[in-house]
Amino acid sequence: MKYAYYPGCSLERNAGAYDVSTREVAEFLGLSLLEIDDWNCCGATEYFSQDELTAASVVARNLALVAPNLDQVIAPCAACYCNLIKTDRLMSEEPDLGEKVNEALAAGGLHYDAGRVKVRHILDVVYEDVGEQAVRDKVVRPLTGLRVAPYYGCQVVRPITSGDNTEHPTRMDELFTWLGAEVVDYPVKTHCCGGHMTQISEPAAFELIRRLIQNAVDGEADMILCMCPMCQLNLDAYQSRVSSYFHAGFHMPIIYFTQMLGLAFGIDRKKLGFGKELVSVEPVLREKLQPPVEATA
Amino acid sequence: MINVPTDQRGLTFLDDVIEETPGGEQIAHCLQCGSCSGSCPNGPDMDYTPRALFALINAGQRDRVLRSNTMWCCVSCYACTTRCPQDIPITDIMYALKRISLREGMATGTDAPALAKTFTGLLDKYGRSFEFGLASRYYLFNKPLSMLKMGPMGLSMFTRGRMSLIPTRIRQLDQLQTIINKAKELGEES
Repeated sequence: MKYAYYPGCSLERNAGAYDVSTREVAEFLGLSLLEIDDWNCCGATEYFSQDELTAASVVARNLALVAPNLDQVIAPCAACYCNLIKTDRLMSEEPDLGEKVNEALAAGGLHYDAGRVKVRHILDVVYEDVGEQAVRDKVVRPLTGLRVAPYYGCQVVRPITSGDNTEHPTRMDELFTWLGAEVVDYPVKTHCCGGHMTQISEPAAFELIRRLIQNAVDGEADMILCMCPMCQLNLDAYQSRVSSYFHAGFHMPIIYFTQMLGLAFGIDRKKLGFGKELVSVEPVLREKLQPPVEATA
Repeated sequence: MINVPTDQRGLTFLDDVIEETPGGEQIAHCLQCGSCSGSCPNGPDMDYTPRALFALINAGQRDRVLRSNTMWCCVSCYACTTRCPQDIPITDIMYALKRISLREGMATGTDAPALAKTFTGLLDKYGRSFEFGLASRYYLFNKPLSMLKMGPMGLSMFTRGRMSLIPTRIRQLDQLQTIINKAKELGEES
């Protein structure tokens, strides 16, 4: 199966672990990813706050650059995913805006027909296109004994869901039961991480981060699994400051779900971006991760 | 009967908001149920919660709405949008209010517009976002004292290869900038 791949700016650097683990897992599962040539930033939430037409045009350039023989694009970053899917839909539902976007694209020699490219999230591709049996068959290192809290965040499950439940998504939960992990009940799984509020108003953002981490602590989770670079950044990089702000003593690793998926498939750990997290997952992996099945047989 | 103020064209503030928001006409059907305010992660920091804001919009309270920090507290989590029983595209309305407020020079008292402008300025220049450039410029010009607190975190990010000191440029920057300029030009025409 072939897909266009839109990593987005975060995955280039800050969320490098998400990028390498997504590529490794995809290759392992036989999903061929073709990176969109010369893609540009999706504008996150910042362009739509200022100028809708320019915001949509900036996003649409990426859709227009999807190779003509491909009709699906995978975007692991939640903000990129949301912007791509939202722009595609805006162009279909607001034909006037769609026309103007194409007029802007035409100035750069490009064109995009709304609806041509289906925007997918990597979680949905693993869940739907690969599916339970194929995933189960490939597990060589079950995550038995590991307690994980699946954190979905906002912009993949809202506003446009791909089939999972918006209020109570379960796909990551299910996926990790296939891998043998113990999935903890994580009632805040779709709560907001604060987004860019860490830059604007720390007290507001810190309380949201505290709740998310405290809830995982209460559920006795070994780690929080995430699927968005912004969530990972806020919960991981700000964790020590949030912890001292509330005198909470947190040590909760925040790991991309693709990294743990790769481990379960027996992919070399060095290829999965471990060690880039600020709150190290190493102690818990050393203590709890089982050796690969072949090694024990 | 409340007298809702109108402009020279006979249009109310509600009309302006609807014009700026795809699907915005639903806002006229707000029931004041408060599902949005109850769902909002940043409600406590807002001058008016979303429900109060919609009442103000419907009552034509243009200045109070556009000068408020409400839309700038919105982080686009879409919790309100998916829960609204009247299908009001609330998050999109927040985006629309940000745009109107910026256009009319009423966005004061929050650093959010500065962050947004720094972010898109870098996008226009390089084609990619540039986290180090964003953080350094935004903090330097808006909250220089915070740079001290951010230092250790920045260093940890840097040593783990999660932050670069130089931006990545896309190859066809000219093409992107031409598209951006054309879009801005078309936006000004309408």
